[in-house]
Amino acid sequence: MFRLPKLTALLAFLLAPVAALASDNEAVTYFKLDNGMEVVVVEDHRAPAVQQMVWYRAGSADEPKGSSGVAHFLEHLLFKATDKMEAGEFSATVALNGGRDNAFTSYDYTAYFQRVAADRLELMMEMEADRMKNIRLTPENIRTERDVILEERNQRTDNSPGALFNEQVNAAQYLNHRYGTPVIGWRHEMEELDLDDALSFYETYYSPNNAILVVSGDVDPEEVRTLAEKYYGVIPANPDLPERIRTQEPPQTAERRLVFRDARVAQPYVTRSYLAPERDPGDQEKAAALTILSEILGGGTTSYLAEKLQFDTQIATYTGAFYNGGSLDDTTFDFAVVPAAGVTLQEAEDALDAALQSFLETGVDADQLARIKLQIRADQIYARDDAERVANRYGRALAIGLTVADVQAWPGILDAVTADDIMQAARDVFDRRTSVTGWLMKEEVTQ
Amino acid sequence: MRLIYALILTCLASLPARAEVDIQEVTSPGGLTAWLVEEPSIPFVALEIRFRGGASLDDPEKRGAINLMTALLEEGAADMDARAFAQAQEELATSFGFDVDRDAVSISARFLTENRDASIDLLRDALTQPRFDAEAIERVRGQVLSIIQSDQKDPNDIASETFARIAYGDHPYAYSINGTIDSVTALTRDDLIAAHKAVLARDRIYIGAVGDITPEELGPLLDDLLGALPETGAPMPPQANVTIPAGITVVDFPTPQSVALFGQPGIAQDDPDFFTALVLNQVLGGGGFESRLMDEVREKRGLTYGVYSYLASRDLANVYMGSVSSSNDRIAEAISVIREEWEKAAAEGLSEKELQDATTYITGAYPLRFDGNGPIANILVGMQMLGLPIDYIATRNDKVEAVTLDDVKRVADELLDPEGLHFVVVGQPVGLETTVGE
Repeated sequence: MFRLPKLTALLAFLLAPVAALASDNEAVTYFKLDNGMEVVVVEDHRAPAVQQMVWYRAGSADEPKGSSGVAHFLEHLLFKATDKMEAGEFSATVALNGGRDNAFTSYDYTAYFQRVAADRLELMMEMEADRMKNIRLTPENIRTERDVILEERNQRTDNSPGALFNEQVNAAQYLNHRYGTPVIGWRHEMEELDLDDALSFYETYYSPNNAILVVSGDVDPEEVRTLAEKYYGVIPANPDLPERIRTQEPPQTAERRLVFRDARVAQPYVTRSYLAPERDPGDQEKAAALTILSEILGGGTTSYLAEKLQFDTQIATYTGAFYNGGSLDDTTFDFAVVPAAGVTLQEAEDALDAALQSFLETGVDADQLARIKLQIRADQIYARDDAERVANRYGRALAIGLTVADVQAWPGILDAVTADDIMQAARDVFDRRTSVTGWLMKEEVTQ
Repeated sequence: MRLIYALILTCLASLPARAEVDIQEVTSPGGLTAWLVEEPSIPFVALEIRFRGGASLDDPEKRGAINLMTALLEEGAADMDARAFAQAQEELATSFGFDVDRDAVSISARFLTENRDASIDLLRDALTQPRFDAEAIERVRGQVLSIIQSDQKDPNDIASETFARIAYGDHPYAYSINGTIDSVTALTRDDLIAAHKAVLARDRIYIGAVGDITPEELGPLLDDLLGALPETGAPMPPQANVTIPAGITVVDFPTPQSVALFGQPGIAQDDPDFFTALVLNQVLGGGGFESRLMDEVREKRGLTYGVYSYLASRDLANVYMGSVSSSNDRIAEAISVIREEWEKAAAEGLSEKELQDATTYITGAYPLRFDGNGPIANILVGMQMLGLPIDYIATRNDKVEAVTLDDVKRVADELLDPEGLHFVVVGQPVGLETTVGE
């Protein structure tokens, strides 16, 4: 299918590829240090490179009320000074070793990574362990880096009507859970973030018993263990690490609708989202059914929505369905429909609803389900070509409370999903009363 | 801290990791040349095919035809309509990517060993017997028109299209590969067939294969896949005459953050000074956090989330480009800092330490690129299109390490043109006005 890069970029927050699969052929080793830090090693000896990632079980949904954006702000500040290193020296040292480093923050985790030649792993560990506890921040750091994150918000969100729309849709979706607050933060709260906010988050969440080390590439698990014990193993666990208990959503009793208008919108579209269960430890069956359901409905040219809205009729220029079970708390199942020229958003939305209704009546096409499962199995072969993807998958899963066993069971659980499971999942989730519908529109022309 | 310092010294002393890539040149019985890296440990192959010329071969009256044609290659072929073709890919668990840019039409395929022959049959249908069904043309035309409309309201796209118009006169590089609303609306099926003939020809083809396949298997496979294509296509366009006037072009666009794209004439990849320019740019504005531009504009002043410069060395033109985004009330300061850094580097070159650090980074990062069958296949094709020798990978870092401080000073003086820089600023920048006519 010819995808719309522009539109999918605007919808990027919704996008989640079908979770790739663990495979029997993956060389994955798992162990735990005495201080509680978990370690995953993914071996791939084809190139002399290594990637180190450290994932903290702390994301924007763990932030205190009123300090939105502090998890991401702190991520930036971890590139400043420590007791041993000057501001900027961390990245400069990685570069000096021919490597690249960066970090990212999401609702449920914050992760830091470096990619370097395999023989530089020890130095990376020494530096990453250092900044787990020893950052030293100045008022000047706070001032300039706060400007940087505000410019980041400008670039990612305020300059993009699609991103501003997404923010409003999420806020409408989650009344009481922090997933309704953007990871980057609300501007008025970002402007007030200070040294105490950052350090308080750091001291609460950055400790070995709240972290996962994932090393992938040309490494020997025993050597990784020795190095990990030497650098991370000596850091004491934080006995006061809080449990991750978040305010949850109340039952949704009213359909929610919003219209977002912006003069910069060139291509209007409609989104629909429903609250949906996520993958839980030992309980991933529903999430597996929803994962396959999203492929059936909106996974490209052969999908049900494409058939109904792009081929049988020419209602839409683009259709998509998205589900990502990789979160700590309830996630969403989302649709997007970009109407064809001359089609209104109401017509597009009605066509979406009619297609969902007819899908609930006709059920799963057995051939399509077989093709999707074949792709899932083949992906286990292709995944072996990409150790970093495997490393990411383990890091993310462990950060949201899944276990290595859950990750390894996932392909089998996907493979075992039946047509009945999928229809039951669809009936459970697609209830208009628990939906949010958003229209992204051009500014109305005024006189 | 001493310990870390000692470790760094150790690392500098050790040799950078070497990319162990054993490339074989394969000539098919039918005369096609491909570069192959055998990698039998995973039962699949990544195959990268490029046709030189790309969207620059568009007939000036039919802008966007090659883009639309490329998008339609997967929308129906031989006896399959679009959905049947997509289903066939799914049944084989193979994937084909069809892409086009200014210099090439690219096909990125991956297929399992067990489905190799059937996958090649399917890809051959797409390349040699695309249907260009009326229904598919209209559907994809609608998608392309939607993209063009969106680009017109995206500050990044407005900036790059504005810069291209300024820099490339009436050369194909001056135009968006998507075409315009009018040109795409007017395209006919015959235009798409002509576009197909213009680009997909054997005299401009470059092939890289990596994975579970032998040279003996690859040759006949390529003839089977590509043998039916015509021998020649459209003549290649000429080199662009790059004319970038000094100054600023402001494009008024109501958005809170201004997006700036800046540039000046660049340097060809086969220029003897290219690696010197690469080292120079690494320090000035290359990808990382530690470049001078990042340090001055982001780290010290907090004026942006990201500022970069890069050597955009393409087939038909060479420009030296950069980008930055800042709030409307701060973009003027960001631009003035960038100008100062450009001037400083032009006048003084780099320090010995900067040269060493950049050399260490560039040589150390090189082997890390070879991280998967698909990425390696891409590199193989890129090397062939640049006319590089098959043993280039083993010698490339030597060329970087040969760069001296004097080389850098000379090239900085010759290449960097702080007075000649042109900034395109899209937004509502405070204190900036257009200083040149387009």
